[in-house]
Amino acid sequence: MSTAEFESVQTLEEQMVESAAPRDLAMDARNLSVWFGKRKVLEGVNIAFPERTCTALIGPSGCGKSTFIRTLNRLHELIPGAALAGSVLYEGKDIYDADVDPVHIRLKIGMVFQKPNPFPSMTIRGNVMSGLKLSGMKRDDHDAIVESTLTSAGLWNEVKDRLDHAAGDLSGGQQQRLVIARALAVEPNVLLMDEPCSALDPASTLKIEETIRELSKNVTIIIVTHNMQQAVRVSDNTAFFLAAENEPGHVVEQGLTTEIFSNPKDQRTLDYVNGRFG
Amino acid sequence: MSSLDTNETLRDLHSAATSHRGDRVFNRVITGAAFTSLIVLAGIAIFLGLQAIPAFQSQGLAFLTTTAWDINTDPPTAGIWGMLYGSVLLAVIALVIAVPASILLSVFMVFLAPPKIAKILTNLVDLMAAIPSVILGLWAFYILNPPAEEWQQLLNQYLGWIPIFENASGNFLGTPFIAGFVLAIMMIPIVTSVTREVLGRTPPELINAAESLGCSLWTMLRYVALPYGRGGIVGGVMLGLGRALGETIAVFFVLKLVYDTNWYKVIESGGGSVATLIVSRFGEVTGPFELQLLLAAGFFLFLGTLVVNMIANLIVSRTGRLQK
Ligand SMILES: Nc1ncnc2c1ncn2[C@@H]1O[C@H](COP(=O)(O)OP(=O)(O)O)[C@@H](O)[C@H]1O
Ligand SMILES: [Mg+2]
Repeated sequence: MSTAEFESVQTLEEQMVESAAPRDLAMDARNLSVWFGKRKVLEGVNIAFPERTCTALIGPSGCGKSTFIRTLNRLHELIPGAALAGSVLYEGKDIYDADVDPVHIRLKIGMVFQKPNPFPSMTIRGNVMSGLKLSGMKRDDHDAIVESTLTSAGLWNEVKDRLDHAAGDLSGGQQQRLVIARALAVEPNVLLMDEPCSALDPASTLKIEETIRELSKNVTIIIVTHNMQQAVRVSDNTAFFLAAENEPGHVVEQGLTTEIFSNPKDQRTLDYVNGRFG
Repeated sequence: MSSLDTNETLRDLHSAATSHRGDRVFNRVITGAAFTSLIVLAGIAIFLGLQAIPAFQSQGLAFLTTTAWDINTDPPTAGIWGMLYGSVLLAVIALVIAVPASILLSVFMVFLAPPKIAKILTNLVDLMAAIPSVILGLWAFYILNPPAEEWQQLLNQYLGWIPIFENASGNFLGTPFIAGFVLAIMMIPIVTSVTREVLGRTPPELINAAESLGCSLWTMLRYVALPYGRGGIVGGVMLGLGRALGETIAVFFVLKLVYDTNWYKVIESGGGSVATLIVSRFGEVTGPFELQLLLAAGFFLFLGTLVVNMIANLIVSRTGRLQK
C-alpha cells in the first residue's frame, strides 16, 4: 500500500471525527445498536460510506449484516418489536429524525434482496416502472426510463424485444437484474444489496458484478456478500462484522478492501477472509 | 402429438401403461371419485329437470318472465321472474356489504393486528360460520329488525333522493336490505377466512419489494397482495355467494315475500327469493301440480347457481392477466 493511499484513509477518518456532515459521505452510521424485541443483535456500529463507492459488508451468518442494512433505509422498523439507538446520516441528515418521511428515504436508498423479487403479475416494463407507480411519482418519459435503467442493469439487450412479457418468465439472474433496474428507476442515490448473487449461477453472478462496478460510478453501493472474491472484485471498502455466541454483532475491522484482504490487523479478520471459519 | 412437426417416432410418455402401478390405481380412484360427484350433480339436475317439464309445459316461457303465483285459478298461473330477480338483488346487496367488510377484516387480521388479537378474531369469525341459519334468522327477526328499521329510515331521510333508497309505504320491515344484510352476515365468515388465508400467503419477498420501494400499506395491498390473491378471494366470494343464493330459512324470517318484482327499492318492504318461495309454499302445497311448479323453481335456482359458479371460474381464470 502506498503512502498516498494510506493518507487518504487517514483523511477520511479525520473527517469523520472533525466534521458533523462531511459532504463526500453518502451515508454514515453512527454508534448504531439494534434490537429485535429484548434481544440486542448489533452494538456500536460506526461505518461511513463515501459517495459513489462500493462497500462490502462481510461476516458469518447471523452476525447482523442484513439487520444493519435494513436500518439504513428504515426497513428495520417495519418488524414488530424492532428498536434502534444511535443515528444514520444520509447526506448529513439523520434519517431517524421525526421530520423525515420514511417513504422518501426508501426511494432515495433503494434495496435489492437475496431472492429475486420482481412482481410476478406485472410485465418486465411494468416492473421497471412499478417503483414510480407505487410511490405515486409522475414521469412521462416512461420509455426512456425503461431503456436507461435496463441498460444500466445490463439487461436491455436481452429483454428489449419482450418488454411486455411476464417478469416471471425470466431466469433468476435476469430477474435479479430486472429488480436492480426497478430500484434504479426511482433514481436512488444509494443502493443496498443483501447477498444479491447468492441465489444465482456463476455466469449471472459475473454479469451482476459488472453491473455493480458500472453503477458504483454514479451510485453509492453497500453490498452484503459471503463471497470473498466478489467482495474483492466489486468493492472499494470492506467492513467485517462478527458476533460472539449470544452477543450482539459488531464491526471488528473496516477499511480499504485491499487492506482488509491482504493485510488485516485483526487475527479474526485474517481467519475469516481466508475461509478458516464462517 | 400432431402439433409436433417431426419425422421421428415419438415415444409414449403419457399413457397409463408406462406409469408406476401404484400411481395407476391412485389415478383411477381419484378419477372415479371425481366422476361420482359429477354423476350426483347430473342426477339432481335431471331429477329436477324432469319434474319441471309439466310445469314448464303448462306455463311456457311465462314461467320465467312473469311474476305470479295463482294456483287456485283455472288454469293456474305461476311465474317466478320476481323471485329469480329478487334472489339476485339480495345477493348483490349481500356482496356490496360482505366483500368490503371481509377484505378490511382480513387486512386487519393479516397486516395490522397484533398476533394475539388476530388469533382471537380468527376464532370468532370461524365461530360465526358455524351459527345455524335458523338461529341467525331468529336473531335477525328479534334483534336486528328494530335497529335496521332505524338505519333504513335514516338512509331514506338523507339519501331518499337516490332511487334505490325510495320508500313510499313508510314500512321499513321485510325489505331486501335487511335480507341482504343477513345474507352478508352469513357470507362474511366464509369470505373472510379464505381472504385471510390468501393474503397471509403473499410471498414475503414481494412485501419486501413493495416496502423497499416506499409503499404504504394501501399501495402494497392494491398492487401486490390483492392482485396476488385475487383468484383465491374471488373463489371465497363465490363460495359465500353460493350460500347466499341458496339460503332459505334466514331470509324467510326477515323478507316479506311478495309476488311482484321489486326492481331496485332496497329499503321498501317486500321482495322475492326463489329459495324462500319454495320454503314458504312447500309446507302448504295445494297439490301435485304446485309441487311440480316448486321443483321447477328449484331447477332454475340450481341453474342460476351453476351460472354464477361458471362466471366465477371465468373471473378466476382471467386473473392471470398481466399488469403493464
Ligand atoms: N425478524 C427477526 N426477528 C427476530 N430476530 C431476528 C429477525 N431477523 C434476524 N434476527 C436475528 O438477528 C440476528 C442477525 O440476523 P441477520 O441480520 O439476518 O444476520 P446476517 O444477515 O448477518 O446473516 C440473528 O441472530 C437473527 O436470528
Ligand atoms: Mg443476511
